[in-house]
This record gives sequence, C-alpha cells and structure tokens, in this order.
Amino acid sequence: METYFTRDHEWISVEGTTGTVGITEYAVGQLGDITFIELPSVGKAVRRCEIFCAVESVKAASDIYAPLSGKVTEVNRTLESEPEIVNRSPEGHGWIARLAVEDLSEVDKLMGRTEYDEYVRGLE
Amino acid sequence: MNDLKKTPLFHEHERIGAQMAPFGGWIMPIQYCGILAEHRWCRESVALFDTSHMGELLFRGDAVGSGLESLLSFRISTIAVGRCRYGFLLNDAGGVVDDLTVYRMADDEAMIVVNAGPADKDFSVIRGAVAGRGFLENATGRTGKLDLQGPLSREVLAALFGREVGEIPFFGFRRLNAAGAEVLVSRTGYTGELGYEIYLEADRLPTLWQQLLEDDRVRPAGLGARDLLRLELGYSLYGSDLDESTTPLEAGLERFVDFSREFVGREALLAQRDRGLSRIRAAFRVSSRRTPRHGYRIFRRGEPVGEVTSGAFSPMLGCGIGLGYVKPSAAARGTLLAIRHESVVMEAVVMELPFYRGGSLRN
Repeated sequence: METYFTRDHEWISVEGTTGTVGITEYAVGQLGDITFIELPSVGKAVRRCEIFCAVESVKAASDIYAPLSGKVTEVNRTLESEPEIVNRSPEGHGWIARLAVEDLSEVDKLMGRTEYDEYVRGLE
Repeated sequence: MNDLKKTPLFHEHERIGAQMAPFGGWIMPIQYCGILAEHRWCRESVALFDTSHMGELLFRGDAVGSGLESLLSFRISTIAVGRCRYGFLLNDAGGVVDDLTVYRMADDEAMIVVNAGPADKDFSVIRGAVAGRGFLENATGRTGKLDLQGPLSREVLAALFGREVGEIPFFGFRRLNAAGAEVLVSRTGYTGELGYEIYLEADRLPTLWQQLLEDDRVRPAGLGARDLLRLELGYSLYGSDLDESTTPLEAGLERFVDFSREFVGREALLAQRDRGLSRIRAAFRVSSRRTPRHGYRIFRRGEPVGEVTSGAFSPMLGCGIGLGYVKPSAAARGTLLAIRHESVVMEAVVMELPFYRGGSLRN
C-alpha cells in the first residue's frame, strides 16, 4: 500500500486498484473543527482534480478534489453524524471515500510522503 | 498587520499558541485549542476571554443637561448607580452607529462600553455633542477587560475577590479589590451563561489573567468561541447583524428603545414604524449540520426574500443556525426558507430566539 498526496491536501492510499481518500493533517489544522462532510454518492464517477465532495468547518466551507480518476465504491457514513473524527484521525478513521481507481499511472502526478512533507514545510 | 492594536495580553496569547487574526482594528486571539472545545468549556465550566479591544468612554457631567442622554436610545438618568443598561447610539436616520452598554458609576459619572470597530467614531460623535457641557475621555488604551463566563464563574471569581461577587445582580456592577488592584466587575456578558465582565488598569491585566487561569475550572477562549456562544443566544454582532443602515426596529430590538422622550433618530424610527418595515431580522435553524454564512441568500417558495448576516454550526442544537434580514412576510415563526450559496441549498425554518435555552445566565 502506497500513499500519495495532492497540492490541495488530499491523500489517497492505493492498494491494488482501490484508493482510500481523505484530507491531510495539515488541511485539518487549517480548517479547524469540522462540522459537516458532504459525502459523494456511491457509484459516482469522478475525474482527477474535479470536486467530488465538500467539508465545512467552524471557519470555512471547502471543496475536496479527487486525487485520482475512478468510481466511488464506498463512503465513510460514520462521518455524517461524527465529522469530528476527521479532526481526530484525518489519515486513519477519518477517511472519506473509497475509489475504484481507473488509471494507476495517474499517481505519477501526485506527491509521495517525503515530497508532500517538504511542500507543507514550504507553506508554513 | 503593523497598524493593528495589541491588547496587554498579546504576548501571552502568542506564548500559549493562540491563532491570531484582525478584528475591529486589533490583533486578537481567535482560538487556542479549538473553537468547539472552548465553546463547550464555557457552557460547562468557565471560559476566560480577553476583550480589551472593546472601547471604554468615561463621561463626567450631567447626563441630561449635557445632551448625552438624548444621543442614546435609552435614559441614563433612570439607571441606578451600580447598574448598567444596553441600548444604541443612533444616527438621524435611526441607523445603529453602535450598540453599547452604559454603566452608571455615580450621579455625574458614566462608563460607556462600545464595540472596537466603531469606538473612535462613537467617541467623536459623543464628544462633539456634549462639548462644553460634559467631559468625555476615551479610556480604551489604559483599560484592560476580561470576560469570565460560564456556570461556575461566580465561584471562581469569589475565590479571588470574596463573597461580595455573589451579591452583584444581573446587569449590576461593583468595585472590588484583589492583590492590591481595584477592578470593576459587572454581571454581564455575551454568552448566555452566568458571567462577569472585569475592567481594570491595562498594566494589571496580565497578572489577573494568570491568576484566573491558575484555577483548573478556567480555560482561555477566543473570539471564535465567543461568536458561536453569542449566536446560540441570538445576540447581534455589530458590523454583521447591525450597522448604520439598520434600525433597531428592523433588528427586532425595539425593547432597548425608549420612545417616551426625545433622542437622535426618534423621528426616523417613528416614521419607519408608521410606514411599516420592509425587512426584519429572522432567526432560523437549518435542517442539517450545514453552516449558513454571512452573505448567503435566503429564498421562500423560490423567491429571494433576504440575506444571511450571521451563521454557525450550533453544537448545542446539532444543526446550522443563523440570523438574517428578510421580507416581513417571511419572518413568521415556522416559515420554511431555502438558504443558497453557489450550488449549495439548505432547508431552514424560522425560529424564535434564543436558539439555546439551557444557559446559566440567570442562575
């Protein structure tokens, strides 16, 4: 399993052709307390870099972009009533959705952990 | 950022890791550990806020003879010494120049507590009107202010200042002493909880801040939590829900206007009342956890009827809540509304205030 990151602070963990998507620790730090997550519909087809769901926090509403193209196979329903899980565990229990990844070669456009950590340091 | 004013606690806020942001010309703490945690702490225990950005205008003279009273929407002469009263400074058109609280310090002395943003404007309006007949000092810079709010705030304050704290009535105040410093403590606030506002010399502020935080029941809270707490009660925020183009009648705050005497804006308000209002403040709750935000548009049966002025996710109600101005036909309790912003649509229903009724305010 390999985890990749976007410049918009989404992460995707890829295992076989399944990608699990969420937002990073850095994103959560910027958003503050998350109060609502608009989950994507299961079965929805998304293109890389397109909006596929949204989060609202005490500070702002933000769109979340698909890190890779694919079809939504599963969403984390627990977040509907407990969106604060994303604050507690953004890269664990706070995952948002799973995708059947369409084209694994798209990961070349994403950052690895080391590269992303450097990118974030550059923002601070 | 360099021309922003700093409270005497600026370095203290930075030291404990507050996120700071501009507010009303000041650089202020927005949050320390998190807005929702700070909000909960205020509802359940005691939150401590640095509110030194608020303005204190000290008046000496005859409140009636100087013309001060006729500038305000309420009488000062009928406030007992040791009590305070909330109301408005209005313009000729009846618009709200500021909402404020007057403390009757003595027969010929009053402290006018105003919002940070309009403080300088308030000062010049009032000073201009009372010139030659009364004395007005802008004491904001040399005055520190803390808000101690929450169900256990009386016990916390009594531990420092003695049992006299328990004798202060709602909207009353006392001068008290602790550790050699004299402070003015009023039983007022902006949270819907039992609470106090504390005024003291600015250079004494860091010591009192530290002393209060030594109590395990007390934690610091920022302006983010303060905004959420006030909105759950439906209290207006100047600059968002109130401004110079909004009258107290439109804002549903007529009870803070005493029409039985002359005051600036009275004629305009009476004329507006005769004419009928074209818009009125409505309070609404959203059917989901979505947050309505300032500027989102309000619709009823597909027709635009107004705009949101304040909104938040309410932890106490578990849904979005908001205030806005709508056509009177859309302001009745139970009216179904749609709040729209870009592709987002929220269903909402008009409610009566306060949103949250479980606070310890009157305990």
